[in-house]
Amino acid sequence: MKVVYKKPEVLKNINFHFCPGCQHGLVHKIIAEAIDNFGIKDRCLAVIGVGCGVFLYDYFDVDSLEAPHGRGLAVATGVKRARPERIVFTYQGDGDLAAIGLAETVHAANRGENVSVFFVNNTIYGMTGGQMAPTTLLGQITTTSPYGREFQREGYPIRMAEMLATLEGVAFSARVALCTPKQLMDAKKAVKKAFQMQIEGLGFSFVEILSSCPTNWNMQSLDAIKRVEEEMIPFFPLGIYKERRVSDVL
Amino acid sequence: MEKLFLRGSESLALGAIDASLKFYAGYPITPQNDIPEFLSKELPKVGGKFVQAESEVAKINMLLGASACGIRVMTSSSSPGISLMQEGISYLAGSELPAVIVNVMRWGPGLGGIGASQGDYHQATKGGGHGDYFVPVFAPYSAQEMYDLIIKAFDVADEYRTPAMILVDVMISLMKEKVLRRYDKGIKVKEKKWAFGSKKEGDQKIIKSLYLKGNDLERHNWKLYEKYQKMCQKEVLYEAYLCDDAEIILIGFGMIARIGKSAVDLARERGIKAGLFRPISLIPFPERELENLSTKCENFLVVEMNTGQMVHDIKRVVGKDHNIGFYGKPSSYAPNPEELYLKIKEYLEK
Repeated sequence: MKVVYKKPEVLKNINFHFCPGCQHGLVHKIIAEAIDNFGIKDRCLAVIGVGCGVFLYDYFDVDSLEAPHGRGLAVATGVKRARPERIVFTYQGDGDLAAIGLAETVHAANRGENVSVFFVNNTIYGMTGGQMAPTTLLGQITTTSPYGREFQREGYPIRMAEMLATLEGVAFSARVALCTPKQLMDAKKAVKKAFQMQIEGLGFSFVEILSSCPTNWNMQSLDAIKRVEEEMIPFFPLGIYKERRVSDVL
Repeated sequence: MEKLFLRGSESLALGAIDASLKFYAGYPITPQNDIPEFLSKELPKVGGKFVQAESEVAKINMLLGASACGIRVMTSSSSPGISLMQEGISYLAGSELPAVIVNVMRWGPGLGGIGASQGDYHQATKGGGHGDYFVPVFAPYSAQEMYDLIIKAFDVADEYRTPAMILVDVMISLMKEKVLRRYDKGIKVKEKKWAFGSKKEGDQKIIKSLYLKGNDLERHNWKLYEKYQKMCQKEVLYEAYLCDDAEIILIGFGMIARIGKSAVDLARERGIKAGLFRPISLIPFPERELENLSTKCENFLVVEMNTGQMVHDIKRVVGKDHNIGFYGKPSSYAPNPEELYLKIKEYLEK
């Protein structure tokens, strides 16, 4: 009998704690599949930011280090400099990476730290209960933008994948989503590519994953998926914004 | 054992290299700049990594990452930079990660000034960051002690898995003196089995400070407290100079202790039996030693380059029955020995 589907080996036999309809579980799974694909489970070292992803170490059987809120890429810098042989990745949300940790993110990218970043953008602070994030869309109602985000007052949503692609130190920058089978396939490819960049020593790799948060959006799961497609993707276009090749650095 | 003529800051940086420092992250701020400048040149020569970070906030977290990999890590800064690093220091303490933080104090609050100060005693010894933890703090008073105490700080940090601090003023940091390089062949560091190695070995390792389940956090905090209690038993450092027959004891740390020694000599020459007590470890504080002295001597004069911070600890330990005088200089102008002698005389005449 041929095995056509199985749970990734790096994942432990524990159920995710995520809310119904949340896509963090899916993001965990595609990262786990990529780790299995490269056979790098024992080399992997996860640097985990503060947010809904903080319990990643409960699910992944990899060495894990918890970073203070926003400081994931400073912590990852220290880890990678100390242990360049490890495959270091961070898992961060939009509050963590794009608000309080923006300086750490941009400078680690600009230094070309050879680490991979998985950035979950759900336009909201999930774990603290649905406050406005830097990625919150215009007009979006959150617990701290009860009248809807307005650019005169709160500025515009920030596009991280495009912004980081402008930096010389960045080897790979892409934005993906998980709403359709095609998007899922592209997301898997992008996550693999991010690890590959690191394995080849090409520099900073970044994958922004658009994700739903039905609980804090006050939506049914399917409506939340629809919102990603209809409202998020038009503002946060999918695609690869930068991809360096080995020949670029030789 | 090499004999060298070094600035305090160079002596400290050299001591760090001899203590097998392998990762330093820095950020420019006066008056500590000669430490990162020295290490940016010297550390790569011994296989260490030097990073100039984008901020104080980033660099303390780089230390957190590198320390988790089991190597010796350090940073240095001056007062406002230390304020910015308090978050990271709290996380290092919570995650039980060793690191050495050097504060070459300048004036505050705010931008304050860049002259010699002891304004950060409270910040260093009473926490600074959030949560329930103690950071061992050592206060050198010579270029030699800059060398010796940075090595001590690394050892204590490793032994107790805690951040440790050197609290020093710019006078000691910039003064050039003779230094015995006791460990010019380097120090062997014990392997840290709890740290991340080149790859995962056996069970998954998790290094964290988040404890949400049951009473895990209570257990964790008591564990941190027990480490502090052990430090109080084993790591207290102090110097009592001519205290045995003293009718008055001057108390100060760092540069004040250095000047105070000359003032005590001056007083002795002029017929006053003065002594000097200087805490070298500010955390753990030399409480028992001070208590013992208070049974023999009634008069204490505390001198600090601030409006009175350590004096509260002296009052707490020595008690209300004693005459505790205070002379504070919240300015960049350090008192000279003659000035301190006059203060001793004035205090006794009162």
